[in-house]
Amino acid sequence: MALDQSFAGRSYPPTEPYEVGREKIREFAEAVGDANPAYTDAEAAKALGHPDVIAPPTFVFAITFKAAGEVVADPQLGLDYSRVVHGDQKFAYNRPVRAGDRLTVTSTIETIRSMAGNDILDIRGEVHDQDGEHVVTAWTKLVARAAEEA
Amino acid sequence: MTAKISYADVEVGTELPAQTFPVTRATLVRYAGASGDFNPIHWNERFAKEVGLPDVIAHGMFTMAEAIRVVTDWVGDPGAVVEYGVRFTRPVVVPDDDLGAVIEVSGKVAAKLDDHTVRVDLTATSAGQKVLGMSRAVVRLG
Repeated sequence: MALDQSFAGRSYPPTEPYEVGREKIREFAEAVGDANPAYTDAEAAKALGHPDVIAPPTFVFAITFKAAGEVVADPQLGLDYSRVVHGDQKFAYNRPVRAGDRLTVTSTIETIRSMAGNDILDIRGEVHDQDGEHVVTAWTKLVARAAEEA
Repeated sequence: MTAKISYADVEVGTELPAQTFPVTRATLVRYAGASGDFNPIHWNERFAKEVGLPDVIAHGMFTMAEAIRVVTDWVGDPGAVVEYGVRFTRPVVVPDDDLGAVIEVSGKVAAKLDDHTVRVDLTATSAGQKVLGMSRAVVRLG
Protein backbone atom coordinates (compact mmCIF):
# COMPACT_ATOMS: atom_id res chain seq x y z
CA MET A 1 0.00 0.00 0.00
CA ALA A 2 1.51 3.33 -1.02
CA LEU A 3 1.95 5.80 1.79
CA ASP A 4 -0.01 9.03 1.94
CA GLN A 5 2.12 11.54 -0.01
CA SER A 6 0.52 14.40 1.89
CA PHE A 7 2.80 13.54 4.84
CA ALA A 8 5.77 14.98 2.93
CA GLY A 9 6.86 18.18 4.66
CA ARG A 10 5.24 17.26 7.94
CA SER A 11 7.25 18.14 11.07
CA TYR A 12 6.87 16.56 14.49
CA PRO A 13 7.24 18.37 17.84
CA PRO A 14 10.73 18.45 19.40
CA THR A 15 11.63 15.46 21.58
CA GLU A 16 12.26 15.69 25.30
CA PRO A 17 15.94 16.55 25.95
CA TYR A 18 18.48 13.70 25.87
CA GLU A 19 21.39 14.39 28.22
CA VAL A 20 24.70 13.17 26.78
CA GLY A 21 26.66 11.38 29.50
CA ARG A 22 30.43 10.96 29.46
CA GLU A 23 30.16 7.30 30.45
CA LYS A 24 27.66 6.69 27.63
CA ILE A 25 30.17 8.20 25.19
CA ARG A 26 32.90 5.96 26.64
CA GLU A 27 30.65 2.89 26.33
CA PHE A 28 29.92 3.73 22.68
CA ALA A 29 33.59 4.40 21.83
CA GLU A 30 34.60 1.10 23.43
CA ALA A 31 31.85 -0.74 21.55
CA VAL A 32 33.25 0.45 18.22
CA GLY A 33 36.82 -0.16 19.44
CA ASP A 34 37.84 3.48 19.02
CA ALA A 35 40.57 4.52 21.43
CA ASN A 36 40.69 8.20 20.35
CA PRO A 37 41.32 10.04 23.67
CA ALA A 38 38.97 12.90 22.69
CA TYR A 39 36.10 10.53 23.60
CA THR A 40 37.26 9.66 27.10
CA ASP A 41 39.84 12.17 28.32
CA ALA A 42 38.58 15.70 28.95
CA GLU A 43 42.13 17.09 28.91
CA ALA A 44 42.82 15.52 25.51
CA ALA A 45 39.54 16.94 24.21
CA LYS A 46 40.45 20.40 25.57
CA ALA A 47 43.84 20.22 23.86
CA LEU A 48 41.88 19.89 20.59
CA GLY A 49 39.78 22.95 21.47
CA HIS A 50 36.66 21.21 22.82
CA PRO A 51 35.21 22.20 26.21
CA ASP A 52 34.69 18.54 27.25
CA VAL A 53 34.89 15.01 25.85
CA ILE A 54 33.17 14.69 22.48
CA ALA A 55 31.17 11.82 21.03
CA PRO A 56 32.13 9.78 17.94
CA PRO A 57 30.50 11.14 14.76
CA THR A 58 27.75 8.50 14.55
CA PHE A 59 26.87 8.52 18.27
CA VAL A 60 23.98 10.94 17.73
CA PHE A 61 22.16 8.42 15.53
CA ALA A 62 20.77 6.67 18.60
CA ILE A 63 19.01 9.91 19.48
CA THR A 64 17.83 10.91 16.00
CA PHE A 65 16.67 7.40 15.15
CA LYS A 66 14.59 7.20 18.28
CA ALA A 67 12.98 10.49 17.25
CA ALA A 68 12.44 9.15 13.72
CA GLY A 69 10.78 6.13 15.31
CA GLU A 70 7.98 8.36 16.52
CA VAL A 71 7.41 9.37 12.89
CA VAL A 72 7.58 5.79 11.67
CA ALA A 73 5.12 4.69 14.35
CA ASP A 74 2.60 7.42 13.45
CA PRO A 75 -0.50 5.29 12.84
CA GLN A 76 -1.82 7.85 10.36
CA LEU A 77 1.25 7.31 8.17
CA GLY A 78 0.62 3.55 8.10
CA LEU A 79 4.20 2.32 7.60
CA ASP A 80 4.80 -1.41 8.15
CA TYR A 81 7.93 -1.18 10.30
CA SER A 82 8.66 -4.91 10.09
CA ARG A 83 9.54 -4.32 6.41
CA VAL A 84 11.74 -1.28 6.95
CA VAL A 85 15.46 -1.31 6.14
CA HIS A 86 17.97 1.51 6.56
CA GLY A 87 18.93 2.79 3.11
CA ASP A 88 21.13 5.85 3.55
CA GLN A 89 22.44 7.87 6.46
CA LYS A 90 24.03 11.30 6.46
CA PHE A 91 25.11 13.82 9.09
CA ALA A 92 26.09 17.50 8.77
CA TYR A 93 27.78 18.84 11.88
CA ASN A 94 27.88 22.37 13.18
CA ARG A 95 29.98 21.07 16.07
CA PRO A 96 30.61 17.66 17.65
CA VAL A 97 28.18 16.34 20.27
CA ARG A 98 29.81 16.55 23.72
CA ALA A 99 29.26 15.43 27.29
CA GLY A 100 26.68 17.52 29.09
CA ASP A 101 24.69 18.42 25.98
CA ARG A 102 20.94 18.31 26.42
CA LEU A 103 19.78 17.56 22.89
CA THR A 104 16.34 17.80 21.35
CA VAL A 105 15.42 16.47 17.91
CA THR A 106 12.86 17.93 15.56
CA SER A 107 11.96 15.44 12.85
CA THR A 108 10.55 16.31 9.46
CA ILE A 109 9.43 13.98 6.69
CA GLU A 110 11.27 15.42 3.70
CA THR A 111 9.94 13.15 0.98
CA ILE A 112 7.77 10.08 0.51
CA ARG A 113 8.09 8.10 -2.69
CA SER A 114 6.92 4.76 -3.97
CA MET A 115 9.18 2.82 -6.30
CA ALA A 116 8.51 -0.71 -7.54
CA GLY A 117 6.14 -1.24 -4.64
CA ASN A 118 8.68 -0.06 -2.07
CA ASP A 119 7.91 2.95 0.09
CA ILE A 120 10.88 5.28 0.51
CA LEU A 121 10.85 7.74 3.36
CA ASP A 122 13.42 10.50 3.91
CA ILE A 123 13.43 11.87 7.44
CA ARG A 124 15.50 14.86 8.56
CA GLY A 125 16.31 15.30 12.24
CA GLU A 126 17.50 18.71 13.41
CA VAL A 127 19.43 18.44 16.67
CA HIS A 128 19.67 21.46 18.96
CA ASP A 129 21.33 21.93 22.34
CA GLN A 130 19.88 23.42 25.54
CA ASP A 131 20.72 26.94 24.30
CA GLY A 132 18.80 26.40 21.08
CA GLU A 133 22.01 26.23 19.04
CA HIS A 134 22.10 23.85 16.10
CA VAL A 135 24.50 20.94 16.66
CA VAL A 136 23.93 18.47 13.84
CA THR A 137 21.40 17.50 11.18
CA ALA A 138 20.79 13.82 10.45
CA TRP A 139 19.15 12.51 7.26
CA THR A 140 17.81 8.96 7.39
CA LYS A 141 16.43 7.13 4.38
CA LEU A 142 14.12 4.24 5.27
CA VAL A 143 12.90 1.76 2.70
CA ALA A 144 9.79 -0.30 3.41
CA ARG A 145 10.04 -3.28 1.09
CA ALA A 146 6.95 -4.30 -0.84
CA ALA A 147 4.90 -7.04 0.79
CA GLU A 148 5.12 -10.40 -0.96
CA GLU A 149 1.99 -11.50 -2.77
CA ALA A 150 0.15 -14.09 -0.69
CA MET B 1 40.27 22.77 16.00
CA THR B 2 43.75 21.39 15.60
CA ALA B 3 43.99 18.84 12.84
CA LYS B 4 47.36 17.18 12.46
CA ILE B 5 47.06 17.07 8.66
CA SER B 6 47.65 20.33 6.82
CA TYR B 7 45.38 21.34 3.94
CA ALA B 8 48.44 22.50 1.98
CA ASP B 9 50.05 19.07 2.22
CA VAL B 10 47.06 17.20 0.77
CA GLU B 11 46.33 16.64 -2.92
CA VAL B 12 43.39 15.12 -4.74
CA GLY B 13 44.25 11.42 -4.76
CA THR B 14 46.10 11.45 -1.42
CA GLU B 15 45.42 8.07 0.20
CA LEU B 16 44.52 7.75 3.86
CA PRO B 17 46.00 4.83 5.81
CA ALA B 18 43.67 1.85 5.27
CA GLN B 19 42.40 -0.14 8.26
CA THR B 20 40.70 -3.45 8.90
CA PHE B 21 38.06 -3.92 11.59
CA PRO B 22 37.15 -7.38 12.88
CA VAL B 23 33.50 -8.06 13.81
CA THR B 24 32.38 -11.05 15.87
CA ARG B 25 29.01 -11.87 17.41
CA ALA B 26 30.37 -10.47 20.68
CA THR B 27 31.14 -7.17 18.92
CA LEU B 28 27.53 -6.95 17.75
CA VAL B 29 26.06 -7.71 21.18
CA ARG B 30 28.24 -5.01 22.64
CA TYR B 31 27.29 -2.51 19.93
CA ALA B 32 23.62 -3.34 20.41
CA GLY B 33 23.90 -2.43 24.10
CA ALA B 34 25.89 0.75 23.50
CA SER B 35 23.69 2.01 20.66
CA GLY B 36 20.32 0.80 21.91
CA ASP B 37 19.64 -1.03 18.61
CA PHE B 38 18.40 -4.46 19.69
CA ASN B 39 16.98 -5.54 16.33
CA PRO B 40 17.31 -9.39 16.51
CA ILE B 41 18.76 -9.63 12.97
CA HIS B 42 22.00 -8.48 14.64
CA TRP B 43 22.22 -11.24 17.25
CA ASN B 44 19.62 -13.97 16.62
CA GLU B 45 20.53 -16.34 13.79
CA ARG B 46 17.13 -18.06 13.83
CA PHE B 47 15.33 -14.74 13.42
CA ALA B 48 17.76 -13.48 10.76
CA LYS B 49 17.17 -16.58 8.64
CA GLU B 50 13.41 -16.35 9.10
CA VAL B 51 13.45 -12.91 7.48
CA GLY B 52 15.54 -14.15 4.56
CA LEU B 53 19.08 -13.18 5.59
CA PRO B 54 21.95 -15.67 5.17
CA ASP B 55 22.97 -15.26 8.84
CA VAL B 56 23.25 -12.60 11.54
CA ILE B 57 24.38 -9.28 10.01
CA ALA B 58 26.25 -6.34 11.50
CA HIS B 59 24.40 -3.12 12.28
CA GLY B 60 24.79 -0.79 9.30
CA MET B 61 25.54 1.97 11.79
CA PHE B 62 28.38 -0.15 13.23
CA THR B 63 29.98 -0.32 9.78
CA MET B 64 29.41 3.42 9.38
CA ALA B 65 31.08 4.04 12.76
CA GLU B 66 34.13 1.96 11.79
CA ALA B 67 34.53 3.47 8.31
CA ILE B 68 34.86 7.05 9.60
CA ARG B 69 37.74 5.96 11.84
CA VAL B 70 39.97 5.97 8.76
CA VAL B 71 39.25 9.71 8.61
CA THR B 72 39.28 10.54 12.34
CA ASP B 73 42.50 8.59 12.95
CA TRP B 74 44.07 10.46 10.00
CA VAL B 75 43.14 13.96 11.23
CA GLY B 76 43.38 13.21 14.97
CA ASP B 77 40.42 15.41 15.96
CA PRO B 78 37.05 13.68 15.37
CA GLY B 79 35.45 17.13 15.72
CA ALA B 80 36.98 18.05 12.37
CA VAL B 81 34.35 15.97 10.54
CA VAL B 82 31.90 18.42 8.94
CA GLU B 83 29.76 15.99 6.94
CA TYR B 84 29.53 12.23 6.69
CA GLY B 85 27.15 10.09 4.67
CA VAL B 86 26.85 6.50 3.45
CA ARG B 87 24.51 4.21 1.56
CA PHE B 88 24.04 0.72 2.98
CA THR B 89 24.43 -1.45 -0.11
CA ARG B 90 25.14 -4.95 1.26
CA PRO B 91 25.06 -6.44 4.74
CA VAL B 92 28.18 -7.54 6.61
CA VAL B 93 27.43 -11.19 7.38
CA VAL B 94 28.86 -12.31 10.73
CA PRO B 95 29.15 -16.09 11.22
CA ASP B 96 29.04 -17.67 14.67
CA ASP B 97 32.71 -18.59 14.95
CA ASP B 98 35.80 -17.14 16.59
CA LEU B 99 36.82 -15.21 13.47
CA GLY B 100 33.56 -13.49 12.57
CA ALA B 101 33.86 -11.04 9.69
CA VAL B 102 36.31 -8.33 8.71
CA ILE B 103 35.47 -4.88 7.38
CA GLU B 104 38.23 -3.37 5.24
CA VAL B 105 38.16 0.40 4.79
CA SER B 106 40.28 2.64 2.58
CA GLY B 107 39.90 6.30 1.74
CA LYS B 108 41.32 8.95 -0.50
CA VAL B 109 40.97 12.66 -0.96
CA ALA B 110 38.49 13.22 -3.80
CA ALA B 111 38.27 17.03 -3.77
CA LYS B 112 39.78 20.07 -2.09
CA LEU B 113 36.98 22.39 -1.00
CA ASP B 114 36.71 25.86 0.54
CA ASP B 115 37.62 26.79 4.09
CA HIS B 116 40.43 24.21 4.48
CA THR B 117 38.03 21.31 3.97
CA VAL B 118 38.48 18.25 1.78
CA ARG B 119 36.11 15.53 0.66
CA VAL B 120 37.28 12.00 1.40
CA ASP B 121 35.70 9.09 -0.47
CA LEU B 122 35.69 5.87 1.54
CA THR B 123 35.52 2.28 0.33
CA ALA B 124 34.31 -0.40 2.75
CA THR B 125 34.31 -4.08 1.83
CA SER B 126 33.66 -7.35 3.63
CA ALA B 127 34.29 -10.81 2.14
CA GLY B 128 35.30 -9.07 -1.10
CA GLN B 129 31.98 -7.22 -1.50
CA LYS B 130 31.39 -3.50 -1.19
CA VAL B 131 29.18 -2.93 1.85
CA LEU B 132 28.88 0.86 1.68
CA GLY B 133 28.17 3.04 -1.33
CA MET B 134 28.46 6.81 -1.74
CA SER B 135 30.52 6.82 1.43
CA ARG B 136 31.85 10.35 1.76
CA ALA B 137 33.11 12.62 4.46
CA VAL B 138 33.98 16.30 4.45
CA VAL B 139 36.68 17.09 6.98
CA ARG B 140 38.39 20.33 8.04
CA LEU B 141 42.17 20.26 7.97
CA GLY B 142 44.74 22.50 9.61
